[in-house]
Amino acid sequence: MPTEDQNPSRRLFNIAAAGAAASWVMTSCGPKRLYDAPKEKLRSAVQEMERKYAAQAGRSVSVSEAGAMPGVQFAYALDISRCIGCRRCVYACVAENNQSRDPQIQWIRVNSMEKDKGVDFSHADPYYNPAEVPEEGHFYVPVGCQHCENSPCTKVCPTGATWTEPDGIVVVDYDWCIGCRYCMAACPYGARHFNWSEPTIPAAELNPNMHYLGNRPRVKGVVEKCTFCIQRTRAGRYPACVEACPVGARKFGNLLDKDSEIRYIIEHKRILVLKEELNTVPRFFYFYAT
Amino acid sequence: MPLNDSVNSIRLFSGFARGSLRLITRGNRAYALWLAVLGALIVSGALAYANQVRNGLGVTAMRDQVSWGFYIGNFTFLVGVAAAAVILVIPAYIYSWKPIREIVIYGELLAISAITMCLLFVTVDIGRPDRFWHLIPPFGHLNFPRSILAWDVMVLNLYFLLNFFVATHILYRAFHGRPYNKKIVAPLVLLSVPMAVGIHTVTAFLYNGLAARPYWNSSILAPQFLASAFCSGPAILLIVMQVLRRFTRFEIQDAAIRKIAELMAYAMFLNLFLHGAEAFKEFYSNTQHLQFTRYWYWGLGSHHTLVPYAWTAVALNLLAFGLFISPKLRNNWVLLNVGCIATYGGVYIEKGMGLIIPGLTPDALGEIYEYYPTITELRVAAGVFAIGFLMFTLMLKVAVPISLGEFQDTREKPGEVLCEVPV
Repeated sequence: MPTEDQNPSRRLFNIAAAGAAASWVMTSCGPKRLYDAPKEKLRSAVQEMERKYAAQAGRSVSVSEAGAMPGVQFAYALDISRCIGCRRCVYACVAENNQSRDPQIQWIRVNSMEKDKGVDFSHADPYYNPAEVPEEGHFYVPVGCQHCENSPCTKVCPTGATWTEPDGIVVVDYDWCIGCRYCMAACPYGARHFNWSEPTIPAAELNPNMHYLGNRPRVKGVVEKCTFCIQRTRAGRYPACVEACPVGARKFGNLLDKDSEIRYIIEHKRILVLKEELNTVPRFFYFYAT
Repeated sequence: MPLNDSVNSIRLFSGFARGSLRLITRGNRAYALWLAVLGALIVSGALAYANQVRNGLGVTAMRDQVSWGFYIGNFTFLVGVAAAAVILVIPAYIYSWKPIREIVIYGELLAISAITMCLLFVTVDIGRPDRFWHLIPPFGHLNFPRSILAWDVMVLNLYFLLNFFVATHILYRAFHGRPYNKKIVAPLVLLSVPMAVGIHTVTAFLYNGLAARPYWNSSILAPQFLASAFCSGPAILLIVMQVLRRFTRFEIQDAAIRKIAELMAYAMFLNLFLHGAEAFKEFYSNTQHLQFTRYWYWGLGSHHTLVPYAWTAVALNLLAFGLFISPKLRNNWVLLNVGCIATYGGVYIEKGMGLIIPGLTPDALGEIYEYYPTITELRVAAGVFAIGFLMFTLMLKVAVPISLGEFQDTREKPGEVLCEVPV
């Protein structure tokens, strides 16, 4: 093929144009944060996820893209005087949210504490294993993500892979997280968990009702955490832990709804938040109902 | 003629590159052995890292409770080395103190190697190294200015580029027998001083800003980082200076070495003082936050894996201070080198494991998980150090002959052959 353009400036222009086109393609078509994804893009991304997870599990999977509902601010309350330390919430959470079975990941940690010492984490035992609960002289403080208003974890993330949704849920974009674990160092509640190796869930145990910011399967090398069961709560249901609790110690609702149980508890009970002095402003309240 | 110019500069550069290649591929037996050892460590580290990438960070001892470990400890220590190497610029350029001025270029080369190691340590620590580009706008998203890690990414890379440019510019010009461009170099060198302080301050703030970790959440952290860095960085340089003086024609005055040792004594005093101030506050106020300091120095309950390291660091730092503060002792070459090694060891322990592990033990909910690095971590870390040392060795191999005028552009003098330089 005869070369027509011997003109260096023209060749330079061609190179520059090709470079610009390449970077445009990379910036616009390449994977981006789900945080920035416009509606149509999100739709197709979610459909792509459904196809992928269905192929992996060998069964149909639905991935919700439900956004925050207007006028909703989620909050949680836990009655310390009722909790019996049975850990049913832990296992319900694992099943609902597709946490890895091997290695084990659990978003809720139940701490056994001594009544003499009060709420004191330096004497807490998360590995208590008696024949029967509750044990004499002990009470239990389950801890998961506190969904802080002033969340230290989202502040420190270098890639903006974790953020607070408009309804107050702190979420992680598993496709954008680089696994630096700065958020884990920043979290005062040990609420964030890392996939130290490839997470595994038996296909039969996979919960097929997913949300793109919630319980869809994770990969090795990224951080995950409680999402207030975003796939349920944005569809008007209770989180799995609330439903599983046999003694009704767990309460969940909309702070902006004056008639909600959560508002009643905050207005009428003695409530506390963990590590109040850190000014994280949790949306997770502990209370003593009796 | 711009075309002629560019052809000419390509020719100049290829002469430099070919000459450099010849320099680094030749050396005596000790040099060959040194390279072989480094090469073996690099291969071993690469294999361990490949295994880590395949199986995940579960092959390390890090877990949710202690989510950072040996890698991040080494990273922190090396940021200090990189910062301190350039601090020698202050007496050299501001006071035009000639004995030190000659060795500043080596400080810059050390800084380049140290920053490379820092960036490698961060890379081996992250769970998804394939996604590192998520940090780079416009392809990715850098959470700047909110995340201090975003600040650290920026200042470390800028500092790397700055030192790389200054060092190569000076050496390249010297190779062609031309003086370096003062108008560009002088302001950049001056800029590198606040930037050296900056990279270490930002790295301290990385930990300092986390209210969740009381052991780090102390405003003494950044000054203490700087003080300990000004001990460890020069400790390495002093030994390198003596090696160079021994094996090449390179002359370094005793006065320069002694001056640096004296400065190290003051830095070590400051470091010990700041540690003491922190220890006083912790022990006298005796709050629950004392448990982290207690874990480091005394252990908690049956958990005291780190205690021997803590006291070794204290002993080494005190020894180094004792040796450097007395002119009689530091003017003795053997004691000077003992002091350098003690400084390096002491600061390496306190700033690596001693900073990271007690910061995360007990964890946020009071659980004690005793972290101790696995063989994989040690091999990967040794590999990263070997890459840094290899870089530093090769750069010295080219830089020393240039500074001595032994390795220069010889096009004008066809009869002359490049000098063979041992080591």
